[in-house]
Amino acid sequence: MGLLSPDPGLVFWTFITFGLLVFVLGKFAWKPILHAIKVREETIQVSLELAAKAREEVAVLETTRADLINQTKVECDGLIKAAREIKENMLNEAKGKAQEEANKIIANSRLQIEREKNEAIQSLKSQVAILSLDIARKLLEQELETTDKQKAIIDRYLNEVNFN
Amino acid sequence: MNHLLKILFIAILFSFNHYAVAEENAEGHNTAFDPLVMIAHHISDSHEWQVISYTNSHGEPVSISIPLPVIIFYKGQLHGFMSSAFAHGKAIVKKGTTNFKLYHNKIYVTDEEGRIALDEENHPINEQPLDLSITKNVASMWLSIVLILWLFISSARKYTTIPSKPSGKQSFLEPLILFIRDDVAIMQIGKEKADKYLPYLLTLFFFIWINNLIGLVPFFPGASNLTGNISVTLVLSVLTFLITSFSGSKTYWKHILLAPGVPGWVKIFLVPVELVGIFTKPFALMIRLLANITAGHIIILSLFAIVFVMKSYYIAPVSILMGLVMYLLEFLVAALQAYIFTLLTALFIGMAVHEEEH
Repeated sequence: MGLLSPDPGLVFWTFITFGLLVFVLGKFAWKPILHAIKVREETIQVSLELAAKAREEVAVLETTRADLINQTKVECDGLIKAAREIKENMLNEAKGKAQEEANKIIANSRLQIEREKNEAIQSLKSQVAILSLDIARKLLEQELETTDKQKAIIDRYLNEVNFN
Repeated sequence: MNHLLKILFIAILFSFNHYAVAEENAEGHNTAFDPLVMIAHHISDSHEWQVISYTNSHGEPVSISIPLPVIIFYKGQLHGFMSSAFAHGKAIVKKGTTNFKLYHNKIYVTDEEGRIALDEENHPINEQPLDLSITKNVASMWLSIVLILWLFISSARKYTTIPSKPSGKQSFLEPLILFIRDDVAIMQIGKEKADKYLPYLLTLFFFIWINNLIGLVPFFPGASNLTGNISVTLVLSVLTFLITSFSGSKTYWKHILLAPGVPGWVKIFLVPVELVGIFTKPFALMIRLLANITAGHIIILSLFAIVFVMKSYYIAPVSILMGLVMYLLEFLVAALQAYIFTLLTALFIGMAVHEEEH
């Protein structure tokens, strides 16, 4: 049957042509195409990896930023709180000290006043005594100017004295 | 209303059923149309490339064909001339002392009167020179080569060192190339060894596929039955056989020749079977492609031959409709057979290069 008997001419030409086709395509088509595809695949792979890495880095940065912000906030709050406490303490302390000082001053003043009062009383007492003596002397001088009066007084004293 | 129209149409169709179709055949004689001759003529190789044949207004058959170069090697001498010298087998070509004649598309050495002696089975017993002519199939193959080279080399130029998005025909061909690379070569042969065989597999796939498609083009310069020709499938399967055998690993040959792990008496049967298997695998490749493509051509030609056998134009819609369905199927078969040939080649290579895992 003609269909199943190979024709040497066609076998020859097919062999030559197909062989050349494999060679030429291999050199000028498959090699550059497959190479370019491989390069592209690798580029895409690397780019994807880089993108993923970048995304991760961004995420890490984001968390660090948030952390930093939080930390700063906490620190800030702490600082404000501490400042407030210090202010309060200082105020309290100042108040206490002022009170104390005032109290001291008041106490001192009281003591001073007391002492001066006492001194004044003392000097007043001595003044009164001197005055009294003066008055008494003056009175006596006046009284005893006349003998009558002197006699009257002596009489009276003598009367008062009971000679029993 | 619709029904009425249908009935009317069918009635008309049957009343004119025997409208005659002009008789014609390839030989141009006024004999009845023989579909076998027509089909055999279409699916076999030829020394001339027929463009069109028809019957002119005078009732004479006209056949326009392109003569192709004939190259014959006989008794140490190379002869070259155009096939038109044979005058479709009517003329004798005299080269030196030898006479050549074309008989049923084969060249025979004859006497001066161009007598062809036939045996009981009507086969010529004349001597045949070595025929290296550029036949219709060779010319068609070269046409496909030009197409393939243009397609792939111009696509390859688009791949620059800077990776870019594929465009134009590149975006159509690249998925196919990737398919052959990933799902055929790498899957069957393995990632490490696939690269070596990839050029062969890719060329094989596109060569078979594009030639299958050219064979489906119903007019000049298509319609050749190249991939349905045993010479072509023989070369392809022999190449596959050689590549498979030469890349066979130690394990592969050990498995075939020694059949390890099988009892001694079974080896007596198994080893010959395995040895035969080396040859049957490429043989099956050869026959599968040839049979599928030729069968497709025969079926489509038969469907259109119905019009001429029935001698009615009214069968034509049936022929056209069924021909269309067959054509769609053949488009699938064209790609499928190219894929199967490539896949099985990759599979055989994969089996051959497989190393035993220790």
